[in-house]
Amino acid sequence: MTEIPAGLYFTKSHEWAKVNGDVATLGVSDFAQNELGDITYLELPEPGTTITQGEPLGVIESVKAASDIYTALSGEVLETNQDVVDSPELVNSSPYDKAWLVKIRLSDPSEVNNLMDSEKYTTFAAEQSGH
Amino acid sequence: MPEPKQTPLAARHEELGGRMVDFAGWYMPVQFTGIIDEHNTVRTKAGLFDLGHMGQVDVRGKDALAFLQYVTTNDVSTLNPGQAQYAMLLLPTGCPIDDIIVYRRPAGDGFFVVVNASNAERDIAWMQQKAAERSDFEVSVEDVSPVTGMFAIQGPLAEAILQRITEADLSQVEYFSAIETTVDQVPCMVARTGYTGEDGFEVYCPIEQVQTLWDKVLEVGQADGLRPIGLGARDTLRLEAKMALYGNELSEEITPLEVGLSWAVKLDKGDFIGRDALVKQKTEGITRRLVGFKMVERGGVPRSHYDVQVDGKTVGFVTSGTSSPTLGQNIGLALIDKSYAGVGKPLQIMIRGKAVGAEQIRTPFYKRAE
Repeated sequence: MTEIPAGLYFTKSHEWAKVNGDVATLGVSDFAQNELGDITYLELPEPGTTITQGEPLGVIESVKAASDIYTALSGEVLETNQDVVDSPELVNSSPYDKAWLVKIRLSDPSEVNNLMDSEKYTTFAAEQSGH
Repeated sequence: MPEPKQTPLAARHEELGGRMVDFAGWYMPVQFTGIIDEHNTVRTKAGLFDLGHMGQVDVRGKDALAFLQYVTTNDVSTLNPGQAQYAMLLLPTGCPIDDIIVYRRPAGDGFFVVVNASNAERDIAWMQQKAAERSDFEVSVEDVSPVTGMFAIQGPLAEAILQRITEADLSQVEYFSAIETTVDQVPCMVARTGYTGEDGFEVYCPIEQVQTLWDKVLEVGQADGLRPIGLGARDTLRLEAKMALYGNELSEEITPLEVGLSWAVKLDKGDFIGRDALVKQKTEGITRRLVGFKMVERGGVPRSHYDVQVDGKTVGFVTSGTSSPTLGQNIGLALIDKSYAGVGKPLQIMIRGKAVGAEQIRTPFYKRAE
């Protein structure tokens, strides 16, 4: 069963965002890690980088293939999770906690309106796994 | 897109939690528990592979041997009953349309050829066409894929597990040899062959028995850790063992001499399709070589068709690459200009537009302890 914590926002490409005031933490969902399989490499933006909703945030590689990670919310990167860069398998074991990817300062908090909340994403993910 | 074909084991894979994908027109499991876990299972215990998507061909008749000498690269005349050999079917250009295993049937009654799923239809049509063109050959080429079940058990515990339900003494079966015996009372051909770099067997049985046999083998091997293995781990296992994959190391743009497969090409055995082109290439000089490398800089996993550079100049391309579960490193095979080849020499792999440092290393990347 796909794990979907309450209180997060999600993209259709299976990234999550946790908003706290004007700061957000971004990551990839349990659904995504399960689809990707064993994660072996992550490429993430450096602190100071400006990122834009819907644009590539970085690259995630599994044994099978390389995929883009997309940016859930626009802003400036404050911090990159070096632990997950060093141990990409954390994405498989702890996608919502230890494997957060970046923390950003939001440039437009209203962008959350373009995302799904946890409840809507639960329905969405169920449909996705149906085919 | 037509619906992918299913092996008799498709429902089993779903029950066992397999993630199913369309592979070469077949509905197959890419993984069960995860590629790394399955890979390690095969390296340390044993794994079970559904190979029902592969093609099988019976070649019989008075001139079966002469026909196979003509359409394959290896010297079929060296095969005793029950022996097998790796070979290729070549185009007149010297480039392969597939790599294959040729068995001389254990009873001596003809030959049995196993071809890749992705090329099966074309291979079989090709062989039948060549048989028809050469009316001097009295030979029949019959597609027996629809009636042949095939699975593999691979890994250090494969022999012990399979022996429990096999009538014949498997310790007497040599590498690249096959016997006719019964497995769980079912008549089978059991060959000590595989595509993982481990010891193990490929089993051919009547297709209507393959589901029962699969269940039985899993049952008798369960306590030893035998698990079903998907195509994802099959690829990482074969790559560590430097076994070629058609579409990667082999294609219609690559000759066997360039990728280190000259051992399976017997230019002195007499005429065969593609021979002239290879003799010409050998005379003129082979300019490319298949090399193994490991990444020495961070920057990602090398993948098939990425460019390979040396000092900013493109010298070739990656044929296969992965994160090696056994080595814990990113590795790959590349077909490069021969003058840049050499163990210890540097390469740069172009990953998403960036040149990432790699070093050529000895292959195979993995060799099991004898």
